[in-house]
Amino acid sequence: MFQTAVYLAEEESQVSEPSDDVVNVVFIDRSGQRIPVKGKVGDNVLYLAHKHEIDLEGACEASLACSTCHVYVNEKFLDKLPDPDEREEDMLDMAPLLQENSRLGCQIILTKELDGAEFTLPKITRNFYVDGHVPKPH
Amino acid sequence: MGARWWICGVSSGRNLRSLAARLHPAVVLGLGKLLSTASSTPQVCVVGSGPAGFYTAQHLLKHHKQVQVDIYEKLPVPFGLVRFGVAPDHPEVKNVINSFTQTAHSDRCAFYGNITVGKDVTVEELQQAYHAVVLSYGAEDNRMLGISGEHLPGVYSARAFVGWYNGLPENQNLEPDLSSETAVILGQGNVALDVARILLTPPDLLRKTDITAHSLEAIAHSKVKRVWLVGRRGPLQVAFTIKELREMINLPGTKPLLRPGDFEGLRDVIKDVPRPRKRLTELMIKSALEKPYEREAARWVSATREWGLKFLRSPTEILPGVNGKQAVGIRLAVNRLEGSGESAVAVPTGEFENVECGLILSSIGYKSLPIAPSLPFDAKQGIIPNSMGRVHNVPGLYCSGWVKRGPTGVIITTMNDSFDTAQSVLDDLSSGVLDTSICKPGFPSLKEMLQHRGVHSVSFSDWEKINAAETAKGSEVGKPREKILDLQLMLQLARQ
Repeated sequence: MFQTAVYLAEEESQVSEPSDDVVNVVFIDRSGQRIPVKGKVGDNVLYLAHKHEIDLEGACEASLACSTCHVYVNEKFLDKLPDPDEREEDMLDMAPLLQENSRLGCQIILTKELDGAEFTLPKITRNFYVDGHVPKPH
Repeated sequence: MGARWWICGVSSGRNLRSLAARLHPAVVLGLGKLLSTASSTPQVCVVGSGPAGFYTAQHLLKHHKQVQVDIYEKLPVPFGLVRFGVAPDHPEVKNVINSFTQTAHSDRCAFYGNITVGKDVTVEELQQAYHAVVLSYGAEDNRMLGISGEHLPGVYSARAFVGWYNGLPENQNLEPDLSSETAVILGQGNVALDVARILLTPPDLLRKTDITAHSLEAIAHSKVKRVWLVGRRGPLQVAFTIKELREMINLPGTKPLLRPGDFEGLRDVIKDVPRPRKRLTELMIKSALEKPYEREAARWVSATREWGLKFLRSPTEILPGVNGKQAVGIRLAVNRLEGSGESAVAVPTGEFENVECGLILSSIGYKSLPIAPSLPFDAKQGIIPNSMGRVHNVPGLYCSGWVKRGPTGVIITTMNDSFDTAQSVLDDLSSGVLDTSICKPGFPSLKEMLQHRGVHSVSFSDWEKINAAETAKGSEVGKPREKILDLQLMLQLARQ
């Protein structure tokens, strides 16, 4: 804990801009496109996505009653997140294409430690053709 | 030349639509045909304003910059099962109404409530007026038990019961008999758990919800103390989900009645099942077999109401009282399982069990109905046959939500499924399968005809007047809203 604080203090001292609470993260949308985004410490990942017009729903408005803001967090940063609480785990059980690194976007609050984190949107719908498939007339 | 562009041009907007409204439909169509080279504003209509309808509309509007989406709804009020299905004590699930409202406020989206497709206007008429028609009308019926005594007083479909406490106009006079101590719910899905929870929740907790006032009064005087949820298969086949089960286990003033024998040995079986089923089963095992924590134990000791799960039982007969006019019990066939996992089959053992109860709620599933005899419908599965939302053999017709895949799943299931269908529509627009060089006039061409038929549609801003009246009435008594049950009153408010 002490070490972390020292580390942060050192890092902060190197960054002279007033924007030292910036957290750089990347969203990877359903077509595989990488969208780098500058967030701030304390930002909620669901609302950060909305701000940048990334197609992450949020039907229940971060009240842990749905799993429409399901994202995958890259392994390197998974441990830097607090463990999901029981209510988040319960909703994750309802998420299609659940993986070990699944989380709800609305429960991720940006910290300095998450600088570099990647949030991938599950390819939940078959129709976002990313494999060159051309729809045929029926 | 100019006039054609006014009516069928790529630009869209209220002015253009209101001009078209003043012209005869035939003129509009005729002009459209002349304009064969330009592509007109794609006109899409969605039938049904529940989650499937709104999510379909949302995806279309978000991913197409010209499309006009009109949502038709048979009731004067929108949102389908979000309003009439979601339990009153789950207000957070209803937050989705905010994003649906945002969709409805788009200037390329219109809501036409109080229009019953199939009665006030036919699907064929809609197809003449729109490039694409999406059927998202859900599952308005329920599966029947098919046993004797099913129609006795005291027996209700869970669907009607839910409609009754949620203010669905057609169920306002249900007056369920809540005078007996034991209720049996047939089914082990989330609707069954919702109904059990509403029956057992201390009324003071319900008072702060948008539960319909007269239902709350009836429930406050209910004598029901014990609720059994009956499933034909075992604990590994329950259909409810973990959040709802946990809520039930933690419900104030109640205790669970779980038979240890039903859960012994299951820990080994669930080692390799997928995570959701595993966690759900673990929660049941823990409640049934482990010693409760202090707080939980104290709650169970002081509990005045209880609920339990009965497995491996199929209803065979509703038992009538001596006068033959009231249900007083239910006869259940005892089953055993053949096979395992999700595909396990219940087989009768030849034994029976009678349960004394004066309230029986059947919660064995919803069912979609065909909207027109001429349209394809798979009566066995209760769905419209389709591929990725494209209705088989009817170009320009699509479906989404429960009518597309059957009445299961949570809101994310319907959301994904609706996005899929909307994407099919978008693909067909871009590939030319939906020919937008033919002008389609949309709602304006139907307006006069509907008026002739005595149908008065309710717009989204009309609904907002109803909404304001409901929330004002609710706030007087500390509720988020008091739903209006009378259709005429809704229409009156809409016209103000």
